[in-house]
Amino acid sequence: MAGVVEVRGLVVRRGRRAVLDGVDLDVGPGVTGLLGPSGCGKSTLMRSVVGVQRVHGGSVTVLGLPAGSKPLRHRVGYVTQAASVYDDLTVEENLAFFAQVLGVSADGVKDVVESVDLGSDRRTLVGRLSGGQRSRVSLAVALLGEPELLVLDEPTVGLDPVLRRDLWELFHRLADDGAALLVSSHVMDEAERCDRLLLMRDGEILAHDTPAAIKEAEGVDDVESAFLQIVESRP
Amino acid sequence: MVAVAARVLLQMVRDWRTLLLIMVVPCALMALLWWVYRDAGGAMFDRIGPDLLAIFPFMTMFLVASVTTLHERASGTLERLLAMPMGRLDFLLGYGLAFCVLSAVQSALSVATTVGLLGLDFSGPLPLVIVIAIIDAAMGAALGLFVSAFASTEFQAVQFMPAVVVPQILLCGLLTSRDALPGFLHGVSDVLPLTYAVDAMKRVSTSTAQGHVWLDMLVIAAYALALLALGAATLRRRTP
Repeated sequence: MAGVVEVRGLVVRRGRRAVLDGVDLDVGPGVTGLLGPSGCGKSTLMRSVVGVQRVHGGSVTVLGLPAGSKPLRHRVGYVTQAASVYDDLTVEENLAFFAQVLGVSADGVKDVVESVDLGSDRRTLVGRLSGGQRSRVSLAVALLGEPELLVLDEPTVGLDPVLRRDLWELFHRLADDGAALLVSSHVMDEAERCDRLLLMRDGEILAHDTPAAIKEAEGVDDVESAFLQIVESRP
Repeated sequence: MVAVAARVLLQMVRDWRTLLLIMVVPCALMALLWWVYRDAGGAMFDRIGPDLLAIFPFMTMFLVASVTTLHERASGTLERLLAMPMGRLDFLLGYGLAFCVLSAVQSALSVATTVGLLGLDFSGPLPLVIVIAIIDAAMGAALGLFVSAFASTEFQAVQFMPAVVVPQILLCGLLTSRDALPGFLHGVSDVLPLTYAVDAMKRVSTSTAQGHVWLDMLVIAAYALALLALGAATLRRRTP
């Protein structure tokens, strides 16, 4: 299958500093992990894919269309790092509102509440939930309408290990159903859970391959060592 | 648009303290004003009362609108909505609609208090007074929405009130008749939207002729739409 996301020569500047300086990459189906330290440009890259980032050069094509174009707004789900939901509404009210905006039925709301395991909290105000629960509400909003591409910015940060495992299982279920996922993380141990990896540092893509191939190329046993070795071997 | 309006109203109902303040404070202030002028005879209250019925909805909706949209910008929900199939004008009109509903209730309450309890006389029809208040409130909300684009914190948003609202109150004809203003200030007050709301209220209170009142309302509505359009221009899908 052709690339779901194609980025060519993407440049994003903030002030005089180039956050992304000519990034090229292709994201295919399955779960692609975008890994790198905080501040390396992961969020900026993801925002460019969703089409909410002002870009200064290059092109981003998503599902064959320019990123952010109107027909894509139904087909791409996006979760920001901060849970972008209304604290003064309940879980159900939040989802019902966003479902109305997206034209998704009430059944769709029920399905996403189940898939993020918030069924028992659905009548609770979002402001009263824990941080992990709030970010799952935010994830549920992105799942509305079964988007073909999901862009998830650090969706598992601060979650307990059991929940983290459950969410990764959910991501793979969604991928099995045909969705492509771009998931960022600054925790290298999540790398093993991805089908493919993008290693990123200082606005550059260092490596793009399966976790196994990246480790093999560097002759190491874990992705973290591979990351270090790639960084240190560069001029 | 209706989805946004329904959501904003639901959030307002949840925040019952703010809701109570919006509804009760204008009535209480009108009562206070009546008390202040009680011993001076009714003429002063009859002169100033209608002006305040135009100023209160404008002021409250300006504040509520600028703070709530700022909150929406800061929390990331605006970015999320704009990444969805949500038109910018749809979003703003939804907010506008919600604030119109709020201001309808608010002004019905304050008109009922002022006319029913405090004995303010209106020569014109009372429903017209409420319609003026609604259009006036919508204009205040539109101004608040627009101004919120220039504030990055709630503190700043609140500080826009003395900067943007108070000059309009000083020049609208509340303190002295506009004819008594120095020429330049008279010219300034001619382009400030609140002037037309206060003028409309004054006319309904003193005369039964409505032609000029409708003209005033047209001007206020035009300002509201122009400010909404400016507000839409500040809602950018792509941000730095």
